[in-house]
Amino acid sequence: MTEHNAPAVGLTEKDRGRLTDRAFRLLCVAAGIAVLVILALILVSLVNQSLPAFREAGWSMFTDTRWVPNDPDGDGPATATYGLLGFLYGTAIVSVIALIFAVPVSLGIALFLSEIAPRRIRGTVVTLIDVLAAVPSVVFGLWGILVLAPAIVPFYQWLHGVLDGVPVLGSLFGEAASGRNFMTGGLILAVMIIPIITSICREVFTTVPSADKQAAYALGATRWEMIRGAVLPHSFGGIIGAVMLGLGRALGETILVALVMGSTVQVTANMFSGGYALPGAIVNLFGESSGTFTSVLMVMGLLLFALTVAVNFAARSVVRRAEIRMKGAVA
Amino acid sequence: MTAIAERKSGRTQLDLRRSSLPLRRRIVDQVMKSLMIVALLIALIPLGLIVYYVLLRGGSILNWEFLTADIPVRPRAVGPGMGAAVAGTIAITGAAALLAVPLGVLGAVYLNEYGKKNRLAKLIRTMADVMTGVPSIVMGLFVYVSLVLVTKEKTGLAAAVALACLMLPVIIRSTEEMLRLVPDELRQASAALGSRQWRTTVSVVLPAAVSGITSGVMLAIARAAGETAPVVVVAGLAYQANWDIFHGENTTLAAQIFKAAAEPFEGSQQRAWGAALTLMLIVLIFTVVARLVANRFAIKER
Repeated sequence: MTEHNAPAVGLTEKDRGRLTDRAFRLLCVAAGIAVLVILALILVSLVNQSLPAFREAGWSMFTDTRWVPNDPDGDGPATATYGLLGFLYGTAIVSVIALIFAVPVSLGIALFLSEIAPRRIRGTVVTLIDVLAAVPSVVFGLWGILVLAPAIVPFYQWLHGVLDGVPVLGSLFGEAASGRNFMTGGLILAVMIIPIITSICREVFTTVPSADKQAAYALGATRWEMIRGAVLPHSFGGIIGAVMLGLGRALGETILVALVMGSTVQVTANMFSGGYALPGAIVNLFGESSGTFTSVLMVMGLLLFALTVAVNFAARSVVRRAEIRMKGAVA
Repeated sequence: MTAIAERKSGRTQLDLRRSSLPLRRRIVDQVMKSLMIVALLIALIPLGLIVYYVLLRGGSILNWEFLTADIPVRPRAVGPGMGAAVAGTIAITGAAALLAVPLGVLGAVYLNEYGKKNRLAKLIRTMADVMTGVPSIVMGLFVYVSLVLVTKEKTGLAAAVALACLMLPVIIRSTEEMLRLVPDELRQASAALGSRQWRTTVSVVLPAAVSGITSGVMLAIARAAGETAPVVVVAGLAYQANWDIFHGENTTLAAQIFKAAAEPFEGSQQRAWGAALTLMLIVLIFTVVARLVANRFAIKER
């Protein structure tokens, strides 16, 4: 933006100011590069610590559902088995449940804010959603385990009773032994990712050209018909990106799933049974692990890192591409 | 079509009243609008319930003694004590801010004042976005491997480094946004007076953007104060206030909530609620101050 090739005498001389300039620039470059260094260090240190687990357990970790990390010298089986599929399944299921609940709600709020709400209400609602985003996840977890989980069991049992015997639904909504299960984890996770999906969707909706909206109204569309015909098609790419960013957040959320999901490693269709997700397992088991066990937890961390980076990366590029296309449409 | 034709012939006016819409379209419109409001309520009900329970259960235990007394070693014990966690939260979050803020602001200065659109700057921007998405537990594992295993001690410093790594990308991106808002005329005026770029940056650009930068930093601190997973992994446990982050194990409010919430004892759970209220108050204060600073001193966009 600004070039400093001023022709005035004294400014082009080699003096101390010039040295400071160089030094300051170097300092800034170093600070910028710190981001790259940290990311590289994360990758290197996690891979490095994961190697023993790969040597010992091999790739079958990712296809095995048996999780028997017992000490071979104890009363457990002769060899420990580290199957991570159960954790991957838990992470996937709880994230999917969260998205199923969060996406429609977030879209509704974003549409309400950008198309329907009067200006005065809009400010209040945006503040409330910001407050929701500011609540620390551990507080959600505390509320989930002490208030929601015990209170919601009768509802789960009622639902199980109603749907028992119905082909697919019957097995999805099975017996609920306690409130700490996939469904409760997914529900609270949904509340936590609503703010991020809402705010990105709102940004996307504001880029819809008002000419498109006015055209829809001029054709006699009602408010909803305008939204369906002008806003939604135009924002489709951005919405997908927002959902993926929400998914990235959901995959990495640790404390909530550690507290609210229970701690059973299993692959089951029953949404009302306890499960275990990758991040929750790391934080719960890290303190009591050693040797290969610790290394397996590092593999979990690496897996989580790879998953979230991939999802975030894809989401950003989807959002960016959608933005470029929208700008093109305006011009 | 017929309406237009009729108007042309001048016999009838075009009927634009709402009631002339087919009933089905009117109902669909109303239903969809109501569904949006229902969506809003669905999101706000849990928020209301959480705030209600935290105030109700935490408010009954929160007092000065609760904030300063040691944490009881036995989870069964009833009564106050979160002093160690309050001290740890302040020390660890403060140290994290001291690490992340200078690095983040300088990094943003590089992106906006020097790098602009060159390849390195673009790479750093992308990687900062990637880093924002790194789960906090992964950051905890990373710091455990690269710091705790090296010094062979769980310390508050390790937790501060982990929190700083989580704050860094947020600060970089928000600061860069703010620097971008500084009008170019200011830079040119400073250059015309003969200052070098570093002086322009330090005495013109950064002061012009300071409110926005402060606001972004406050929000990052508020977020970091509530981070739990890395602290649980790298800071260990403490029952008495430990202000020395370089030596000895430490703890924070968030970590204590996590630990106490899983205990089946009433005393422990009550302390968890008290800690949750304290933590939410800290987060609230930082968020409100960030808002005030941002509104009061905002750069007027041109």
